[in-house]
Amino acid sequence: MGLLDQKFESSNVIVTSFDKLLNWARLSSLWQMQFGLACCAIEMMAASASNFDMMRFGVIPRATPRQCDVMIVSGTVTLKMASRIKRLYDQMSEPRYVISMGSCSNCGGPYWEHGYHVLKGVDRVIPVDVYVPGCPPRPEALIEGLIKLQEKIRNESLVKKKAV
Amino acid sequence: MTAQEIHDIIKAQFSDAVLEVKIEGARDPFIKILPEKIKDVAQFVRDHAQMKFDYLMCLSGVDYKGKLGVVYHLYSLTHGHKIVLKVEVSTDTPNVPSVESIWKSANWHEREAFDLFGIHFEGHSDLRRILLPDDWEGHPLRKDYEVPEFYNGMKVPY
Repeated sequence: MGLLDQKFESSNVIVTSFDKLLNWARLSSLWQMQFGLACCAIEMMAASASNFDMMRFGVIPRATPRQCDVMIVSGTVTLKMASRIKRLYDQMSEPRYVISMGSCSNCGGPYWEHGYHVLKGVDRVIPVDVYVPGCPPRPEALIEGLIKLQEKIRNESLVKKKAV
Repeated sequence: MTAQEIHDIIKAQFSDAVLEVKIEGARDPFIKILPEKIKDVAQFVRDHAQMKFDYLMCLSGVDYKGKLGVVYHLYSLTHGHKIVLKVEVSTDTPNVPSVESIWKSANWHEREAFDLFGIHFEGHSDLRRILLPDDWEGHPLRKDYEVPEFYNGMKVPY
């Protein structure tokens, strides 16, 4: 509320829909599950660091799934890791979102043929909202994916969906 | 010390344990050792004053199709020379004496060779999988390994 802070002479009323307020709050504070799997994690860390500063979008790394809204799967998902990722995802409170970052996490990447130990896409164990292509994607690409996710959240609604 | 001199010393001590030697034309000159003798040879080359192979750079497993091999890359920090030792065992009974008690770094290397090739290191203090999950079946770097269709309900092939 920095723009509006201390600007009014007297108390005021802001009119908006509850959907918009809720979505605005959710998309502005996407707390991120703090973990990385492979080289994509280096780019993810770069996106969090001062040059790209993901925190300006409200992305704060949290070291526990209970406090997280978004899981950025950054790197190769091995079969050994897949069950752990599934468990971490299950431990996150709803609403929860997943960004799949990089080719490995999207589809197995360079391990698609001979990777006996690699899960060919994290969407085989958890649902994914945004796929970010690249090997690894640059921080700009990850931020683009984050903005896409914010757009998705912005259009969510509490209204029950009508059967078609 | 040259590879030939190293070979001569080992040969003089273990005449029946040295099976093959390749020095000319080999990028890393190697000496092939009888598997049952590898621990004695390892102890000998580590403690010998002129050789002092005090550093095991790498311990690798190899599948030669029908035979399994273990390759020891040794280096002497004292003298600055290198040698490669090799052993070969049959795939049916892949038993090799452990050199863990001689070079401690062999502990994890041997676990890796066991994990991926199924080579059984006799006398190892803690021989279990190091990279793959404990419930994994088979040894993936063997030539005849076939990728499973499913692992714990997750489809493996693309």
